[in-house]
Amino acid sequence: MSGMQMRPELLLPEIIVFVGGLVVLLGGSFLPRDRQWIARVLAAAVLLGATGAATLAMAGSTQAAFSGTFAVDIATNAARVIAAFTTLLVLGVAAGEIGGSARESDTYALLLFATTGVMVLAGATDLVVLIVGFLLASIPLYGIVGLGGGAAGAEAALKTYLLGALSGILLMLGVTVLYALAGSTDYAALREALPAAPGAAVGAGVLGVLAGLLFKAGGAPLHFWVPDAAQGAGVTAATFLTTVPKVGAMVAVYRLVAMLPDGDGTWLLIAALLATASMLLGNLAAYWQADPRRLLGWSTVSQVGFLLVPVAAAGRSDLALPSLLFYLAAYAVTNVAAFAVTAALPRHRELGSYRGLARSRPGLALALLVALLGLVGTPPLGVFVGKLTTASAAWDGGYTWLALMVMLNSALSLFYYLRWFGPVFAHPAEDSPGFPPRGGTAAWPAATAGVAATVSLALGILAGLLWAALDGPLLP
Amino acid sequence: MLSTIVFLPLAAAAVLAAVPAIRPAAARWIWVTVSVAELVLIGVLWANYETPGANELAFEEQMPWIPGVGSSYHVGVDGLSLPLLAMTAVVFLACAVYAFRDNDRPRAQAALFLFLQGVSLGVFVAADLILFFVFFDLSIVGMYFVIAGWGHGSSARSALKFFLYTFLGSLSLLLGFIGLYVASTPHTFDIPELVAATPLDGNPLAGGLVLAAILVGLAVKTPTVPFHTWLPPAHTDAPATGSAVLAAVLLKMGTYGFVRIAMPMLPEAWRAWAWVIVAVGVVSVLYGAFVALAQTNLKRMIAYTSVNHMGYIVLALGAVGLVVDDAAQARSVAVTGAVTQMVSHGLITAALFLLAGVMQKRAGTYDMGSYGGLAGPAPRYAALFAIGAFASLGLPGFSGFIAEFQIFAGSVAVAPVTAIALLGILVTAALFLRALQRVFTGPTEGRSAGFADVRAEELWSVVPLLGLSVLIGVLPRVLLDVLGPASAALVGLVGR
Repeated sequence: MSGMQMRPELLLPEIIVFVGGLVVLLGGSFLPRDRQWIARVLAAAVLLGATGAATLAMAGSTQAAFSGTFAVDIATNAARVIAAFTTLLVLGVAAGEIGGSARESDTYALLLFATTGVMVLAGATDLVVLIVGFLLASIPLYGIVGLGGGAAGAEAALKTYLLGALSGILLMLGVTVLYALAGSTDYAALREALPAAPGAAVGAGVLGVLAGLLFKAGGAPLHFWVPDAAQGAGVTAATFLTTVPKVGAMVAVYRLVAMLPDGDGTWLLIAALLATASMLLGNLAAYWQADPRRLLGWSTVSQVGFLLVPVAAAGRSDLALPSLLFYLAAYAVTNVAAFAVTAALPRHRELGSYRGLARSRPGLALALLVALLGLVGTPPLGVFVGKLTTASAAWDGGYTWLALMVMLNSALSLFYYLRWFGPVFAHPAEDSPGFPPRGGTAAWPAATAGVAATVSLALGILAGLLWAALDGPLLP
Repeated sequence: MLSTIVFLPLAAAAVLAAVPAIRPAAARWIWVTVSVAELVLIGVLWANYETPGANELAFEEQMPWIPGVGSSYHVGVDGLSLPLLAMTAVVFLACAVYAFRDNDRPRAQAALFLFLQGVSLGVFVAADLILFFVFFDLSIVGMYFVIAGWGHGSSARSALKFFLYTFLGSLSLLLGFIGLYVASTPHTFDIPELVAATPLDGNPLAGGLVLAAILVGLAVKTPTVPFHTWLPPAHTDAPATGSAVLAAVLLKMGTYGFVRIAMPMLPEAWRAWAWVIVAVGVVSVLYGAFVALAQTNLKRMIAYTSVNHMGYIVLALGAVGLVVDDAAQARSVAVTGAVTQMVSHGLITAALFLLAGVMQKRAGTYDMGSYGGLAGPAPRYAALFAIGAFASLGLPGFSGFIAEFQIFAGSVAVAPVTAIALLGILVTAALFLRALQRVFTGPTEGRSAGFADVRAEELWSVVPLLGLSVLIGVLPRVLLDVLGPASAALVGLVGR
């Protein structure tokens, strides 16, 4: 039986990214300061290779690796492609911020390691592998947040680390409880054993695991680090940590909930409640933010809520899994586009200072408009298809009120996105400091914003093709 | 053919937006040329139009879009949408002519209006709920930028209110669409398929809730009382061309949604809630008329008469659901009247808003008290405004009369109590006559002194609109031959 074999070749994308990270780390220390861009090119090549390998794997059949502890199915492959491609875009943001700085290649290596962890999280069908993925995705993250420097960066790193350590402990505690109950950490075995185990103990164990994953995703109630990190850390770190870890964490949450005994649907209800909490909290907290990155930080908390919506329909609607994966892909590029615009204007840290951007930098203004309208869920952008299908999945799965919450929260979110892009198209203020001209190091993030916004639009217009690629079963 | 009509202005808009080298003069010419081409294309469409069967569409095009969720790129026209397409093309051409001498960022303005034209036409040809929603929502985004970018007064605030309010409405609409999708087997967003299936018949609770979601979404856009509060500020602060498009085209998306989506897909729920809809229509008619009567700002007054005029449409469509067994003829007349009113209100109100814009350009205010005896310095302007006002109050010989006569002939036959809304016509007549008297008659005083008469581009944007209103008023057959069979078909669908 194939499930009982090691088959490391199935983990080719993870291996490429991890080994690439090692090479970048070691090679980077031999590169002179003015040649660090070589490390960036190397990292980009590694991520392109991983994207390619994962795309090829997508065309292959669904398989299990490492004795059934790692699933290579549609969800894993989609998460691999999204994570690798998004990290590639993050490199574009980084080129503007840290190009030529002392920590450049180290940052790239950490990004690659964390991306490997995210991929492992997405594919794990064994609680121990899940822990490995969690740690591999988290520990480099603390470093990335802290590398930004400054007092705000240090505070953000500390907050991220403390909350990460706490939720890591909760995760391991949960795994311990579940192992004690089922005598195994393998999802297939858990599925058989858990229905017979005492409900309260199972609940405690699963909640612990969920807590760890919610921290990674940045969802309520473990979201406190997100806005601080988005604001205090460098823009590279902020872009990465509000985007890529969610890909692995959300797929892992879906696998976990889909594995649990269905019974009376308690876990689906909990997912629905968590979704509502994240959506509402993130939206309300984003309302009066003045710093665009902090606003985006809170907006990502609400986006986790939207991403949790299809989890509430796991196993009850055929739309659930493909809509989650679609939303992840659309969200990732759209969010990167918004952050990349802030990276191209590093000195503009007030919403009001964006006034008149459309006159000076129409391209950048257009990318920002696409990104923010995308996050609201305006058709025909990618996130619109995500919101449409996730809400349909929730209703199809019996949660009509959750579909209503999706719509209400989309309307709520429009207000604060409008506070940002409204001034962009207004007449410039007379005492405005102006905007940097095109070109220079900020050309990289500006170009990244353009590419990401274009992909975000393309995902909506070509939604049918992507949907067909994502429509497949989860490995049991 | 239909795809060309929708995507030609969108492509032109993209080119205008992407090429900064295009000079202002060239941008204006591109705008006018594309608008003329659109009108010609729709004329060709009308000439070749043959009435399709019940729940069928002419000039149909279909292409898979997201087959996984049962949505496709599906477009087509019938007797309900073809007149609206033509009206839309006429109004946008009038705006292109009217703005021909505007100097405020002409390239961006042309791009934005062509974009709006494409998405507005898209709404009227969409035969898939998601496609409909895509265009519906994009029209909101486009109009937000028109108001925020080219408006006056507190336009940023009005644009924000407009965006938030109508976006909330559109999400309610989307929720209703998802309800229809989930209830159908197999799941689909295709409009003809959903009309054929009426997925929520036999389920009064779910049917009622889905209808409520859709009605709220459409009522915000229409707008009807009590969802109209975004309309007066948006109109007051929008540029003249923006107001014309908003009133003539965007408001129609709401009422068009009633006849295209709500009525044929949820006939049972529509009949169950018909009295509520009639009541909302009557209240909108009376409230709009009386509040308009109280206005001193001319543009705000015209905005409130829109609430009144759209109320007639809602009233007529509600009346269609009141009885099922008899009076099919009367109900068909009511639908015909409602769609005629959509076209008629589009033409007349666009003309009135463009004329109001002349006031803002010349004297910087819409306040009726600031003028007096304007007919002296600006006789042609006064004549045009008087024609527009008489058309709007429903004088025979204009399209408004044909529309409102049919609306009341149909509605009163089904439910005599709806005659109470006739009071609205009386009040509208009073308020327009009073406005004419205040602004145009008497000795020339206030801002009227030195008021330059209409210029060529103002004249030639308004005259065709009023001319078409007269044409429909005198020769209604042109319109009714296309509308009649579609109205009868819709009455049949609601009676199922």
